[in-house]
Amino acid sequence: MRKVIMGNHSLSYGALLSRVQVISAYPITPQTQVVELLSEMCASGELKAKFINVESEHSAMAALIGASAAGARTFSATSAHGLTLMHELLHWAAGARLPIVLGNINRAMAPGWTIWADQTDSLSQRDTGWIQFYCSSNQEVLDTIIQAFKISEKVLLPSMIVLDAFFLSHTYEPVDIPDQVVVDEYLPPYKPKYVLDTKDPHTFGGITSPEYYYEIRYKMEMGMRESVEVIKQAGKEYGELFGREYGLIEDYRCEDAEIIFITSGTAASTAKVVVDELREEGKKVGNLKIRVFRPFPFKELRRIIEHAKKVAVIDRNISFGHHGIFAQEVKSALYNHSNIPVFGFVAGLGGRDINPQTIKEIYHITESNEYPSEKVFWIGVKK
Amino acid sequence: MRLSIPEQELMTPGHLACQGCGATLAMRYTLKALGNDTILTFPACCWSVIDGPFPYTSLKVPLLHMAFEATGATASGIKAALEIKGNTETTVVGWAGDGGTFDIGLQALSGAAERNEDFIYICYDNEAYMNTGIQRSGATPWGAWTATTPVENFNSIFKKNIEEILAAHRIPYVATASVAYPEDLVKKIKKAKGIKGFRFIHIFAPCPPGWKTRSEDTVKLARLAVQTTVFPLYEIENSEKYTINIVIKKRKPVNEYLELQGRFKHLKEEHINFIQENIDKNWEKLLKKAGLI
Amino acid sequence: MQKDKKKMRESELIIIEKESDMPPMAMSLGYMTYNKTGSWRNIKPIINYDICIDCMICWKFCPDACVLIENGRPLIDYDFCKGCGICAEECPKDCIEMVEEGK
Repeated sequence: MRKVIMGNHSLSYGALLSRVQVISAYPITPQTQVVELLSEMCASGELKAKFINVESEHSAMAALIGASAAGARTFSATSAHGLTLMHELLHWAAGARLPIVLGNINRAMAPGWTIWADQTDSLSQRDTGWIQFYCSSNQEVLDTIIQAFKISEKVLLPSMIVLDAFFLSHTYEPVDIPDQVVVDEYLPPYKPKYVLDTKDPHTFGGITSPEYYYEIRYKMEMGMRESVEVIKQAGKEYGELFGREYGLIEDYRCEDAEIIFITSGTAASTAKVVVDELREEGKKVGNLKIRVFRPFPFKELRRIIEHAKKVAVIDRNISFGHHGIFAQEVKSALYNHSNIPVFGFVAGLGGRDINPQTIKEIYHITESNEYPSEKVFWIGVKK
Repeated sequence: MRLSIPEQELMTPGHLACQGCGATLAMRYTLKALGNDTILTFPACCWSVIDGPFPYTSLKVPLLHMAFEATGATASGIKAALEIKGNTETTVVGWAGDGGTFDIGLQALSGAAERNEDFIYICYDNEAYMNTGIQRSGATPWGAWTATTPVENFNSIFKKNIEEILAAHRIPYVATASVAYPEDLVKKIKKAKGIKGFRFIHIFAPCPPGWKTRSEDTVKLARLAVQTTVFPLYEIENSEKYTINIVIKKRKPVNEYLELQGRFKHLKEEHINFIQENIDKNWEKLLKKAGLI
Repeated sequence: MQKDKKKMRESELIIIEKESDMPPMAMSLGYMTYNKTGSWRNIKPIINYDICIDCMICWKFCPDACVLIENGRPLIDYDFCKGCGICAEECPKDCIEMVEEGK
C-alpha cells in the first residue's frame, strides 16, 4: 500500500508493522506525531501494545528496559533534550544487551532554545553502545525500523533510528507500506533467550568486579562487530522481500569520482542532486552517504573512496575543540590506509539550511585547494 | 513448634549485608510473603551490593538491577511486558532504599503512582545513603548525625512524610511496616499482593553501621521506633481510610530510642524535647486521621 | 541449554576461565551460598537446648537466614552466622549465649 505520510509517521508505521508490544514515551517537539499516532493505534486495537505515558524520557527508557528485560519487543521515540536525558539509560540498555529500538528526531541542543535540526544530540550518544542509523527518506525510516528489530534481537544491542527535525520528520513523502504478512515472515516474534522468568530465576546487571566486567564489555564490542555482517544480511534479505536493499553506506556516482562528498541524513539527498548538477558540468564527483554510524563502516567506506583524490565531509554537528564528528571518524578510518586529503565542513547547525548552494560552495573549496587550509571550514557563517 | 511467618526461604545466606542488617530482614520477610512468582527490580541501594557480585545472587526470584532514579518506571515496564504476554499472576516489586525513594527516585515513583501502575513499591528505609557511607537523605530524621550533616551542623530538616505524598496520589494502598513486627509485615505484603493497582509499603530497617548502634539491637530499635511512635505502623486505604495496626497505649519516651544510637549522641536535652514534641504532634494527627480521638 | 546459561548452582565457587563461557550480560549463575560468611564472626551464638522452648524467634529474626529448623528445633548454621547477636538479644528465654570465637 502506498501512502503519503510524514517522517514521524514512518516511525509509527515501522513500529506497528514490527508488532511492538510495549511503547513508553514522553512528548518533545519535533517527535510528538510519532507517539500520538502510536497511542491512537494502541487505543483502536490496531496495535496490540501497552502504551505507558511516563513523566520523563528518563522514565520512558527505564520502562522499556524493564519491559525488554521481561521479554517484550519495545519502542520509543524522542529528540534532543529527551535523548540526552536518557543518556544514562542508553548505556544501561546496551550494557544489559536489550534489543530496544528508539527513533530520534535530530534536534539541536539549547541554549538558545531551538527545535530545528542538527545531529549533536544523537552523536553525543556515540559511545553508549547503540547501533545508529541515519535516514534520508521516510521510506528508509520505515524500512529501517523493521530491520533494526531483526538486527538488535540477533546481536543483543539496541538501535537508534535517526532523522532530521522538520527536513524529514515533518516532510510528507509517498511511502510504500509493506504488507504485514511479509513483514511477519521477515521479522518473527521476539523470543528472548535471557529474560526475567520466575521459573528460571536469574539476577541481571548486578555488581561486576574487574575480574569480569572487562570481558562483559569485550563481548559487547564483539556484538557490535558482529552487527556489521548482520546489518548487511538484514538489508539484503529486506531487499529480496520488499525490493529495497540497504547497506551500511550508500554510494552515488562514486566509481570514477575524484571528489567524494561524505554526508548523512537529508543532506545526503541534497548532495545527490548537486552531484548530478556538477556531473553535467563535467566534474567528476560522487556522494557517499553514511547510513550506519555505529558500527562505523570502515571497510565499506575505504573501498569506495580509495580511488578518489579528495573527500569533503559535511557535518551537521560539531565536537567543540575538534572537527565535525563524521570528519573525525572518516579521518580515523583512513589513517594508515590512505593519504587522501579529508576536508571537514560544518554546516546547517540549528536548522540552517544545507541547500545545493551550500554544497556547491563546499565543492569549490575542496576543488580549489590541494590540502585543507583550515582544520574545519564553517560554511555560511555571517562574517 | 509453630511458625508465625512462612517457612519458605527465598533469600540465601552468604549475602554481603553487614552484621545485624535491617534491610535483609525486610527482604527475607517480603519474599516469604510473596513466594516464588515474584519479579524484583532494584535501583542503586544497599541491596545492589547485598545481593552479591556477578555471577552470583542471594535471591531465588528474578531480579533486574537498574539505575538509581528509575524504579517506578522500570517496574511499570516489567508489568506492562507481563500483561501484554498474558501473565497476570506474577507480582512485580520495585524495591528501593530511602534515597532511591524519597529523593532521586521520587519523580518516577510519583509517575508510576499517578498512573496507578499495578505493582508493589517497597521502600526499605535506613534513613540515609548507607551504601555510599552514611550521607543525609530526605528520610534522615531531625537531629541525626550523618557524614554530610556533622554534629556541629546536625540534620535540621524533618524527614519527608512519604506516606502522605503517596496517599495524595489516590492509590489503593499505603502501609508502613517494621522488621520488628514480621507478622504484621508479612500480613501487609500479602494483603498488598491481593490488591490491584499501585501499592506502597514503607519498611523501617535499622542500620547498625549507619546509626552507630550495636548489631544485636536492630530488632530492639525497630520495636522502640514503634513503641515511641517515631515510626507508627499504619495503613492508608484509597487515600482516606487510616488504620493504626499497632496502637500504642503507653508510648515510651523518645529518649529510650535515641540513647541507643551514636548518631543522636550529640543531642542536648532541649533537642530531645523538641523531637518529643514533634512526635507527639505527629501521633496526635495520626490518631485523628484514624478516628481514634 | 546453552553453555553460558546453566542451571543455578548452590554453594559453589564459580570460576569462568573464558569469555566464551560467560553470558553476554552480568547474569547470575549461582547463589551466594558459596560465600561462607561465618568467617566474619568474632562472637558466636550457642543455644542451650535444655532451656530452649523451640519458639523459633531466633529463626524469625535472623538477617542471614542461617538459623535452620532441624526436627522442630533451631540449629545455627555456623558456616554463615555473622555473629550479629540478634538471636541472643531477642530470645525470650535468654538461652542463647554469645561467646568469643576460639574460646
